[in-house]
Amino acid sequence: MACNSSTCQSNSGCYKREEEPISSKSSDSNQQSLCVKCKVNEPVSGTSDDGRFCRECFRSNLYGKFKLAVTSNAMITPSDNLLVAFSGGPSSRVVLQFVHEMQQRAQKNFDASKDRSLPVFGVGVTFIDESAYHSVPSCEIDKAIEDIRSIISNLAPPAKQLHVVPIESVFSLDSLDGRERLKTLVDSVSDATGKEDLLLYLRMLALQKVASENGYNRLVLGLCTSRIACHVITATVKGQGYSLPADIQYVDSRWEIPVVLPLRDCLAQELNMLCHLDGLKTLEFSNVPCSGINGLVSSFVKLLQEENPSRECTIVRTAGKLTPFHFNRIPELNDSNVPLATRRRQKRFNLKPSESISSESFCPLCFSPLSKSDLLSSSNIESCQNYDILDAACCSSCRFQIFPKDPSSMEHFLSVLPQPLLARAQNCSNGNRSSLRKQIQDCLLSESEDET
Amino acid sequence: MEEAVTKPTKKGGGRLCCICNKRRAALKRPKTLEQICRECFYEVFEEEIHRVIVDNQLFKSGERIAIGASGGKDSTVLACVLAELNRRHNYGLDLFLLSVDEGITGYRDDSLETVKRNEVQYGLPLKIVSYKDLYGWTMDEIVKMIGLKNNCTFCGVFRRQALDRGASLLKVDKVATGHNADDIAETVLLNILRGDIARLSRCTSIVTGEDGPIPRCKPFKYTYEKEIVMYAYFKRLDYFSTECIYSPNAYRGFAREFIKDLERIRPRAILDIIKSGEDFRISTSTKMPEQGTCERCGYISSQKWCKACVLLEGLNRGLPKMGIGRSSRGLNNDPKKDKDMKQRNGTKSIENKQCGSLDF
Ligand SMILES: [Zn+2]
Ligand SMILES: [Zn+2]
Repeated sequence: MACNSSTCQSNSGCYKREEEPISSKSSDSNQQSLCVKCKVNEPVSGTSDDGRFCRECFRSNLYGKFKLAVTSNAMITPSDNLLVAFSGGPSSRVVLQFVHEMQQRAQKNFDASKDRSLPVFGVGVTFIDESAYHSVPSCEIDKAIEDIRSIISNLAPPAKQLHVVPIESVFSLDSLDGRERLKTLVDSVSDATGKEDLLLYLRMLALQKVASENGYNRLVLGLCTSRIACHVITATVKGQGYSLPADIQYVDSRWEIPVVLPLRDCLAQELNMLCHLDGLKTLEFSNVPCSGINGLVSSFVKLLQEENPSRECTIVRTAGKLTPFHFNRIPELNDSNVPLATRRRQKRFNLKPSESISSESFCPLCFSPLSKSDLLSSSNIESCQNYDILDAACCSSCRFQIFPKDPSSMEHFLSVLPQPLLARAQNCSNGNRSSLRKQIQDCLLSESEDET
Repeated sequence: MEEAVTKPTKKGGGRLCCICNKRRAALKRPKTLEQICRECFYEVFEEEIHRVIVDNQLFKSGERIAIGASGGKDSTVLACVLAELNRRHNYGLDLFLLSVDEGITGYRDDSLETVKRNEVQYGLPLKIVSYKDLYGWTMDEIVKMIGLKNNCTFCGVFRRQALDRGASLLKVDKVATGHNADDIAETVLLNILRGDIARLSRCTSIVTGEDGPIPRCKPFKYTYEKEIVMYAYFKRLDYFSTECIYSPNAYRGFAREFIKDLERIRPRAILDIIKSGEDFRISTSTKMPEQGTCERCGYISSQKWCKACVLLEGLNRGLPKMGIGRSSRGLNNDPKKDKDMKQRNGTKSIENKQCGSLDF
């Protein structure tokens, strides 16, 4: 029950409930008007903590959150080769900066050490050019790529390779008309939200492809608390409550190249602030605003965040209590290059098997783990034709918002789908069938039950 | 998405109902956007609820069921539909209307009149229990004692328990409430926004309080508010709606508006939110508040005394402020528990409707 009246003091679920600790904190800092950490410098205003920290402490606090996420989840080890996904926005700019600083420190240690036993992890950067779908003027894209090159070359050594990759690269190399094919594919989805989400899935596919083809073993994304909070709500609204926890952990290794989110505990506001304070250059595209469900959710969350500055954290904290999946961890480290301390730390922080869900079946489009009810509903559909295979293996959300409703357009849809997704569908479908089979095995009479 | 207006397809007539293909379509069904006729709407609306009741085994033959009746649209439609389904499908239920009279001059008078007319219209007996019966105080008397400032505390706490207390007074087997799909979707979102993991884990249950004295069930769990309004409108049902006069500031939360916006662009979002809520799996390492019962009245409570008993004690001792505010000093004196109070306070599954709409 939400008794939202301003006079209400019931603590049984009022909106106001969580605000009180914050207001008491800010009244403290008003008295001293010095940074709460170093107690020497004047605090900067405009940060989410409402001016509690000075510039230096604000910065080190933010870097501290990044570092804690990295170390406690064993995201980066000396032998790793990281690919940072760089979109040009503040979050990816900060994650690039922090990864770079961490690499520099490692390099310093390496240079100082006698035996030079620990290598320094490598860092590369990729920019996915989505101009094929969002009709950005080509001069704007060229300018952006120019800027990215200069940002990266201005980072002190070790040097970082930049991979600029068009999103249509997800189609195999022989298809010269990648741009056309991408447009056709996305346009064949009628739902506005479905279109946006499909593009997201294709972007991940492209990122995975760059990472895999260039020998990277970690993909670093700049997703921050604010974006994750939005994802929690959008996934809930799309009926993806089962798979939601898979997407919001520090580590997601269901992909060929494990994905890590070291800025999971940083707010967008803080990242913007840091870019502003440190003069980190970010890029702005004349971007198409989000429409549909995603746009609605982000303005909703923004409103809530304005009403209460801890709202985004609360949302992510709540969703963090949902059970993660077995792949939400870095695969066990057995590498002798990895210091023992790191391995021990990983053991301590990593999920215990009993606290995670093991899932073998994934939606071929969005790659979210499928729940039992998803699997059961798909088993009703007898798969004899190609499109049935895909349809049957999909999660209910993709089936609704991405798949064509009538079978006649399905063939066309499949013909323009990138090969990796189709292959995934085949695999998933087989996987789903076998996991279903396992559940009913004791009731099957003959061995030759596959009447295909 | 634009509102598809029923376009006439042939001269004189309109588009045909896509279910019966005989009668002219009269409405666009909010849940599916199908264009259907009025008769088919009644049919699908009622039969969907019947399926929910059967699939979830909400009732057993011979049970004595109280319908929480406030005179508002949800409970009025619930009374009408349950009475009809009980006849049509021979549920064999002993149904009656249960109303709570808070004792607010001018407010309940009108809505109780509505419930009294419903008693005749649906042929269901009506029982009214008053705050005076349950607590020894009317809401008017409480307000006189404490002033307008803190009444929401009392309003919320007392009302949450009133239906259960009334039901146990009348020895019913189960209470059916008019919580609809919109309410439940809203609750799911609010619990995420508030970080209330315990409630999040149980707020989509169609039956709650099975371990308590009187279970509650929600036959409208998958029924859209808009369809309830539509049903009431076309059937010209007699219902009453007003805001509680003691909560002038009650505002429709952001969440409610957000759900309405979602419904506009994707009607199925409401069902999807409920599905998400059902599919959430709470991590085993999360501490859940243990639920005990109030030492004084036996109502579910995580404290020694339930909130209502604490408030009542304060009123009866002439210390009305007791029990209001962050912790209830004096009675639940366990400091550790006091600290957890914020988290644990709620005792029942949430009703996200604010004081304002006195619908159960
Ligand atoms: Zn999917
Ligand atoms: Zn009590």
